[in-house]
Amino acid sequence: MPPIKIRKRTETGGVRSFVIRATAILAALVVTAAFIALLGKNPIDVYASMVTGALGNPHRLRETIIRAVPLVVTSLGIAIAFKMKFWNIGADGQIIMGAFGASYFALNCPNLPQPLLLLVMAAAGMVAGGLWAFIPAFFKARFGTNETLFTLMMNYVAQKWVTYLQYGPWKDPKAIGFPKIPNFVDNAILPKVFGVHIGWIIALILVAVVHVFMKRTKRGYEIAVVGESVDTARYAGMNVRGIILSALFASGALCGLAGMIQASAVSNTLAVDISGGAGYTAIITTWLAQLSAPAIVIVSFLFAVLVQGGSYIQTAFQIPQAAAQILQGMILFFVLGSEFFVNYRVAFGRTVAPSESEVPEEFKVPAAYDEPASPEAVKTTKGGSRG
Amino acid sequence: MKGRLLKGAVVALLALACTGMISAQTAKKIKVGFIYLGPVGDGGYTYAHDLGRKYLEQALPGQVETVYKESVSDGNADSEPVMRDLIDQGCTIIFATSFGYMDHVEKIAKEYPNVKFLHCSGYKSGPNFGNYFGRIEQPRYLSGIVAGMKTKTNKIGYVLAFEIPECIRGVDSFTLGVRSVNPKATVLLKWTHTWYDPAKEKDAAVALLDEGCDVIAQHQDTTGPQIAAQEKGAFAIGYNSDSKNAAPKAYLTAPIWNWGPYYTAQVKAVIAGTWKPEAYWGGMADGVVDLAPLTANAPKGAQAAVDKVKAQIIAGKFDVWAGPVKDQTGAVRIAKGATLDDKGQLSLDWLVEGIVGKIEK
Repeated sequence: MPPIKIRKRTETGGVRSFVIRATAILAALVVTAAFIALLGKNPIDVYASMVTGALGNPHRLRETIIRAVPLVVTSLGIAIAFKMKFWNIGADGQIIMGAFGASYFALNCPNLPQPLLLLVMAAAGMVAGGLWAFIPAFFKARFGTNETLFTLMMNYVAQKWVTYLQYGPWKDPKAIGFPKIPNFVDNAILPKVFGVHIGWIIALILVAVVHVFMKRTKRGYEIAVVGESVDTARYAGMNVRGIILSALFASGALCGLAGMIQASAVSNTLAVDISGGAGYTAIITTWLAQLSAPAIVIVSFLFAVLVQGGSYIQTAFQIPQAAAQILQGMILFFVLGSEFFVNYRVAFGRTVAPSESEVPEEFKVPAAYDEPASPEAVKTTKGGSRG
Repeated sequence: MKGRLLKGAVVALLALACTGMISAQTAKKIKVGFIYLGPVGDGGYTYAHDLGRKYLEQALPGQVETVYKESVSDGNADSEPVMRDLIDQGCTIIFATSFGYMDHVEKIAKEYPNVKFLHCSGYKSGPNFGNYFGRIEQPRYLSGIVAGMKTKTNKIGYVLAFEIPECIRGVDSFTLGVRSVNPKATVLLKWTHTWYDPAKEKDAAVALLDEGCDVIAQHQDTTGPQIAAQEKGAFAIGYNSDSKNAAPKAYLTAPIWNWGPYYTAQVKAVIAGTWKPEAYWGGMADGVVDLAPLTANAPKGAQAAVDKVKAQIIAGKFDVWAGPVKDQTGAVRIAKGATLDDKGQLSLDWLVEGIVGKIEK
């Protein structure tokens, strides 16, 4: 078997990456077509229905936009953390806690005037989501804990917390025993603009804000530098801990706001499955958008088309839900897989000139973000060499 | 450049969202949408509703087209976009078949006054929104007779979903049936807080079997508890549809649904223009509920005992809820000569004597 060498591409050509991505989508469509044919349906009809099912009339377009909103807002939050190479997998928990924070005021202050109540809910959602991200950030900055596992585990804590509320203290007494939290009053529900809740305008404004923040502000630049190299950031005199903590608070706050929007506009209450998995899906959309805020809008919208279209074909062709999900999964598999070939060169059986970047940057484990080595640490090292 | 492109796309989207109305419906057939909690292949609750849908299609050929959406959670607002999508696709009648859809059906029914909504197992209604269910307590009582005669340990396990009147009615009527033939038997409860979770519902049954139960009954949509019983060499009462193939060595019988005739009657009424929202609650006399045939696993004499009571129920001479009925504390809740009316049954919140377990409030 010829040896296989994998190297990171030093330059990424625009044409080549376009060709690779287009090939991947084509391959996905061909493989999926075979699968649809196996189900006894005409693949071309099914594909056409997926598109018309998601965009074919104003109602469907609105439903698609409603699905895209939480992905956009959550992806923006994740992008800030990812820019710093802080792998925030906890967006789902941050959404849930944001929804919890907003729901607290929706349920307890139903008599506030609508604009005030909604602002209070949004603020509470952002603080709750922000704090939920701040906790793992604090441990990462202070003790160098693994943020991937920490943020993931925080999701389960958030889920169980809302489950507890739903089955216990917040259970709707009018629901005769069925475990649900009461519905919000009308004051606590976001208004609609053009038939879609105002969350879509909030999302677009946030795209602009996050884009300017990441590209044009000092703090945005600092986040990028910490992501590239903690040592460089420290050498440049940046307060690395402060940057991590504030960036993660912002990241969680955006996810929390997504939770507030979902609770207020879509569910009209708080429930365990309030996020609908957006916190995990948004990781994919953020990655595919390469952390760029404007690209997040496009990718999230396309993803929503895939989900809404996938839902449409279930009823239009009576395809089982599981089969529709396989379809979505297959397309994602190829598109995500193609990113590998965009970023890496694969050579068979030939010697490839050794490269200094054999280990891809994202596989390198960053050191604990500590302050410059403390005197004790230096002493210990010296002591070691002496002994 | 990128920014301008984006702006253009947003404006185009807006224009699309603002313009036009939903394209006119040209189909002559009436389109009926069903929303299910589980997958159609669950072999239980959803499967029974889907059999009803298929029956409807065959009963009114050329007049009706049906579509369904499966695996729609009732714990969140997931059913709302599903209902809107079904209406967008031309459905003018929606059957929403799980309790938790109730508030969402109420909301969507107000949005679409020209669509007819029927919600299964709830209690709300409106001008274009009715609810329906069946007196499954009647066959549950009969299945209790079978279980009560079968048990050797006098401990029967009962796996059930939520602390709502529907589930409480179920276990109460079952226990009344058990104790009518075996006053020494007790019924042990395990709440799962799921309708459809094969693994969790099976685990709950395993826990009950470990406590010494030798017959398992269920108020769940999966066959998990029956499979658990078979693996432990015990016996099981199913629910929803005749599931004799899931655990053939354990299965005794099951209280089952037969939705086809009801669905057909409702759709016929809509076509004829005579439909009115109602709160339908049919029993064994209507045939909407029944007891599945007893298998060879059932105890001797059970068939005769069941047949006798079944004939009385159908003739209207036997009421499951006839007093005297005591609660767990031994207090008489339904006096001798009295009965529990529909209102009392629909808000039932206490357990009868013989049940070991409690309702979490």
